[in-house]
Amino acid sequence: MSKIRINRWKDQLFKIWGITCTLIGLILLVVFIGDILIDGIMRIDWGFITNLPSRKPEKAGIYTALMGSLWVLGLTTVIAFPTGVAAAIYLEEYAKKGRFSAVLEINISNLAGVPSIIYGLLGLEIFVRVLGLGASVLAGSLTLSLLILPIIIVATRESIKAVPNTIRDASYALGASKWQTIWNQILPASSGGILTGVILSLSRAVGETAPLIVVGALAYVPFAPGNPLDEFSVLPIQIFNWISRPQHGFIENAAAAIIILLLVTFMMNGVAVYYRNKWQKRWK
Amino acid sequence: MAKEMEVVIEKNNINTLENSTNMESVSSQKPKISVKNAKVWYGDFQAIKGISMDIKPNAVTAFIGPSGCGKSTFLRLFNRMNDYVDGFKMEGKIKIEGANIYKKKIHVEELRKEVGMVFQKPNPFPKSIFENVAYGLKIQGITDRKMIEARVEKALKQADLWEEVKNDLKKSALALSGGQQQRLCIARTLAVEPSIILMDEPTSALDPISTAKIEDLIFELKEKYTIIIVTHNMQQASRISDYTAFFYLGELVEYNKTKTIFTKPEKKHTENYITGRFG
Repeated sequence: MSKIRINRWKDQLFKIWGITCTLIGLILLVVFIGDILIDGIMRIDWGFITNLPSRKPEKAGIYTALMGSLWVLGLTTVIAFPTGVAAAIYLEEYAKKGRFSAVLEINISNLAGVPSIIYGLLGLEIFVRVLGLGASVLAGSLTLSLLILPIIIVATRESIKAVPNTIRDASYALGASKWQTIWNQILPASSGGILTGVILSLSRAVGETAPLIVVGALAYVPFAPGNPLDEFSVLPIQIFNWISRPQHGFIENAAAAIIILLLVTFMMNGVAVYYRNKWQKRWK
Repeated sequence: MAKEMEVVIEKNNINTLENSTNMESVSSQKPKISVKNAKVWYGDFQAIKGISMDIKPNAVTAFIGPSGCGKSTFLRLFNRMNDYVDGFKMEGKIKIEGANIYKKKIHVEELRKEVGMVFQKPNPFPKSIFENVAYGLKIQGITDRKMIEARVEKALKQADLWEEVKNDLKKSALALSGGQQQRLCIARTLAVEPSIILMDEPTSALDPISTAKIEDLIFELKEKYTIIIVTHNMQQASRISDYTAFFYLGELVEYNKTKTIFTKPEKKHTENYITGRFG
């Protein structure tokens, strides 16, 4: 065989290998989702969403867990969004480039890699015990806010950096102050990227289980939270709880709850992708 | 400061009136900008090595010189756009209408309403045409819709863009052609009603037809404004400017009436540059 033919053959081989690698993840996801759908889709009805928890699987619903998840999502957004964006604006537009900002930068990237259970322990000590918030929605949301802050900061900084300097120059040259330039030009121009980052980080927060268990979210809560200091449960914990039960009915419930949780995160990711595309078009 | 600026604007209006009746007296007038021994450093690098010059009001002054000679840096001193550059340090005095603009008490924002700037690459905001021109007014806190609309229309007419865009003011500025974008940037600057306009190679990114339009515009504008333009284009400098300054390696080599610079320059160096023998 000539060398050229061997090379072509290698090329083909690698292509097939590459396709296989790409498909492994996808196929597994499809199999998983298919399996879950078969197990749980029949279980989903209005009652499943509006029923309170119960010892009987056919009567049990996800109402408290879903409400808990929504509460956590809302509070985390309110806490993490302004904090993260403000921190990113400071680092990008105000902080003098030097050793101090370099140290800050490295540490924020490091924070993004800290395991979530560690954040849980931090939240338990600071929010639950020292601040005395107890195992409340607020303590859980504060903990998750810490967890996603680095992601929001990094995403926001990237989109602020992507705004061309000529826009800043133009604004300053017209007599705008720094604040006016940031507020009227830089933030609107980078809003798509910022929103994408925030939504993706929130969809991660919705799926988090470990830190909330550590903070003290309960598997069984009789009522949906009514204020930020109430105790709570969230969908992933409800799923975790049902899967550990012996009755087959609860396995079905868990599958149904997983479908709802996936729907929530897919929807959030969809919105994020929409904003990203809209934002990219703007600069072309 | 606001009061000081009002006085400055009034003075300027008087100047304009005098000019329209007696153009010959331009050279005998008080300078609009007066620079005394300006030195600029970026970190350890000295970009401007002690330049003194007076800029005449209601005239076009061209800054020419090879790349890296400091002409853009020097231009950006007049509206303090170098302030944001890391390691920027400045010595000397720059007075506009007799007021030192590097004094501690000066509000940079007020200064920039008086000294507008047009950049090398057209840089409209990613907003509508109307919003682009109105921005300078809105950040001053002007909310009167009628007044803003009137000033936007006036500025677009001055920039010779009104006829082309009057029916789609809501359209994105990014949809305009390069030449139109640059005229929009000029309109945006005019809307703030400055008395000085700095132009940093405003036509270097444009085609010849758009360039000609901008040059005509500069010719019209000098009646009311003091214009300083940085250009790499010798023909452009000779066509549109009244005075020309030749910079080399951070120093002002020669500064005179454009006619003199281009017909009988005093220095050999200047002659070599404008005839294209170096640079």
